[in-house]
Amino acid sequence: MLRQIPLNSVLKTSLMVLAMAGTITTANTTESGKTTPQPTVSANSPMLEQITAVPNMDVILARRPARKLSDYGLFADLTNHVVVDEIVPYDLITPLFTDYAHKYRFAYVPNGQAAQYTADEAFEFPVGSVLIKTFAYPADFRKPDQNIRRIETRLLLRQEKGWAAWSYKWNEDQTDADLKIAGDAFEVNWVDEMGDTQKVRYAIPNRNQCKGCHVIGKEFSPIGPKARNLNMDYSYSTGPQNQLTHWTNAGILDGLPDLNQVDRVADAFDPSQPLDKRARAYLDINCAHCHRLEGPASTTGLFLLWTETNPVRWGLNKNPVAAGRGSGGLKKDVIAGHPEQSILYYRMNSKDPGVMMPELGRAMIHKEGVALVEQWITSLKND
Amino acid sequence: MRAIFRTLVITAFTMMHITANAQETIKIEPSENIQEILLEALILAEEGSTIELAEGFYELSDGLSLDVNNVKIIGAGHDKTILSFKNQQSGSEGLLITSDNVWLEGFAVEDTPGDAIKSKGVDTITFKNLRVEWTNGPDENNGAYGLYPIDNRNVLIDGVIAKGASDAGIYVGQSQNIIVRNSKAEYNVAGIEIENSYYADVYDNVAIHNTGGILVFDMPNLPQKGGHSVRVFNNHVVDNNTDNFAPEGNIVGTVPRGTGILVMANTHVEVFNNTIVNHDSVSILISAFPKEYNDPTYNPIPKGIYLHDNVMERSGANPDLDIKRLVEPATGLPIPQIVWDGAVDGVWAALFGPDDAEGIFINEKPGTTFVNMNAVLDMILPWGASPDMDITEHSDVYFPTLKPVKLPQDSQ
Repeated sequence: MLRQIPLNSVLKTSLMVLAMAGTITTANTTESGKTTPQPTVSANSPMLEQITAVPNMDVILARRPARKLSDYGLFADLTNHVVVDEIVPYDLITPLFTDYAHKYRFAYVPNGQAAQYTADEAFEFPVGSVLIKTFAYPADFRKPDQNIRRIETRLLLRQEKGWAAWSYKWNEDQTDADLKIAGDAFEVNWVDEMGDTQKVRYAIPNRNQCKGCHVIGKEFSPIGPKARNLNMDYSYSTGPQNQLTHWTNAGILDGLPDLNQVDRVADAFDPSQPLDKRARAYLDINCAHCHRLEGPASTTGLFLLWTETNPVRWGLNKNPVAAGRGSGGLKKDVIAGHPEQSILYYRMNSKDPGVMMPELGRAMIHKEGVALVEQWITSLKND
Repeated sequence: MRAIFRTLVITAFTMMHITANAQETIKIEPSENIQEILLEALILAEEGSTIELAEGFYELSDGLSLDVNNVKIIGAGHDKTILSFKNQQSGSEGLLITSDNVWLEGFAVEDTPGDAIKSKGVDTITFKNLRVEWTNGPDENNGAYGLYPIDNRNVLIDGVIAKGASDAGIYVGQSQNIIVRNSKAEYNVAGIEIENSYYADVYDNVAIHNTGGILVFDMPNLPQKGGHSVRVFNNHVVDNNTDNFAPEGNIVGTVPRGTGILVMANTHVEVFNNTIVNHDSVSILISAFPKEYNDPTYNPIPKGIYLHDNVMERSGANPDLDIKRLVEPATGLPIPQIVWDGAVDGVWAALFGPDDAEGIFINEKPGTTFVNMNAVLDMILPWGASPDMDITEHSDVYFPTLKPVKLPQDSQ
């Protein structure tokens, strides 16, 4: 028997589609790129069952991962990439670079519970929470809302024993995604903003590689949902609002202090913001999950957290430790005024697995990121 | 045919549910999609299981990793089970271990673009009868480290062959409780290197045809520093005269071609009963950290170093780098068998010698040649100081007894 659903639930789902402007709504996109409201679903529509989906807590908390993304009940409509009502979309001020993939992020905090605010680390999410991130490429980056091909959706599941991470690869029809325990690698093509065709050997990480970045000490940890990364407005269906305020009002975040006491990273690619802040924001989100005292790259002594204040620690005149040929014949991690003599710049500007940084998560060079760090090192002075 | 099949060693089915440590053996042999098969086996292995790698040539396209405690990976022998990473497209090492109580035995890792086998943050790991090699020989484009345990406790390296690393063939860094024995390091920049580590025994190894044979280092600006308590003994250190091919910027790039044993910036290092033969630059070099650094909590001076009962033959006839640049003008050729740069802590130590426990102690057979370059004294005295070749000043020994390292996984 199909359950009767209240009309306002259908409307809210439609509004969520609107809120996710730029997400995957190809069927509803007009030539101008604006989205139109979803057609109202009639009571006998086959979509009804999907729209009534609710997150399946047994599946979320199970030790073994589900084989299909649909098993979790996180999406009301997988084909159109619409999450269920209580799941909140979010964005980061400066995101991690993943071979130019577009990313759609969502947070699910189970009913009546809330994540606990922390000043500098990822929020403490209650058991049953899920962080969802879908990676996708529009066929033509000049029309970012059209012909979007979803590649994978990564889930971070907050279970009793801590976080578990799994990735799901979307099928050709874009109707569901399949578990990939050992990861995968395949070619992806698109046309970039300049009209040039790009291709990459896109890599879906395996479970161990997930941990390669998402670990603090021995504990698995999210990276993105920190106060300083979320502290900006997001265009919700109800209008723009600060994400932290929105989470608090929605009851999924506890302990938010007055907003002007909350740290905020710079937008790395907003030229109106200070160059030093932009570069440090970029290094924070792209590097510091490993390059911190508690991270997988602790033994390098190179610490790139936004909050790091000791210049030697973030590389200034610092000797490399175990760089091997990653040094590129250069003597210091960062030499003020000389990106061409700085190992940090050299390794970001490489695609060689024995040289490149980050080690994982990219097969291409992030030209804009490299240019930012080049400009920043050029501007540095020894004092 | 399926390349992976599982043999349950435990017979009682109910045991599976009682014990978390299923004694499972997962057998793998080379096949078309070995990358996915092997990686999935490593990821899904239960604690207590053994992954057996049959004889054969395994062509991998990406890095492998293990993050499950109490797992053994056993091959058919370092010349029979070969994991080749010649076509590796991602990952900065061939095999990465991040879980505790891991035993690796009887296989080879060849031609990784980065490091061959790395273990990070592991408690108790054994590398036994493995081979890590760059098959094209010494080349600065080879990966940096062969074996690369870092930030580990209880490291046993036994019967390993390491060839062609552009940094160190066998490297142990920022770790505690270490044994390296019965191993052979050849054609690396550094043969065996113990860096920023505590309590290490390095014995019964062969270091041949490297740039430097055995290195004991301490470096600034790292989470674990102040390396101490290292014994290097009963090793054959021979013909380490390969030109230094480390990419510049790496500390091992400063090692002169033809260095037998080098102790840098460590505390309490005992070097004894080694046979050190035929080195272009020097048999044993003791030095301070040679580069500029900015770390107020770091001490760059080697302190409490004890050399005794080593056999040293033929060294110093064709020195390289700093030995050629700084030592040869003072001593002429051949360079003395033992060279100490004379860097000490402060003016008092420079004028009157270091405190007893921090000295350089030498008890070698009569006729052994030595020079103290008096680096610090030369800087502080207005008229400078000349090198001092009197070895007898170092024969009074105030050196603590270093206990043999014991490891939980070592029955020997």
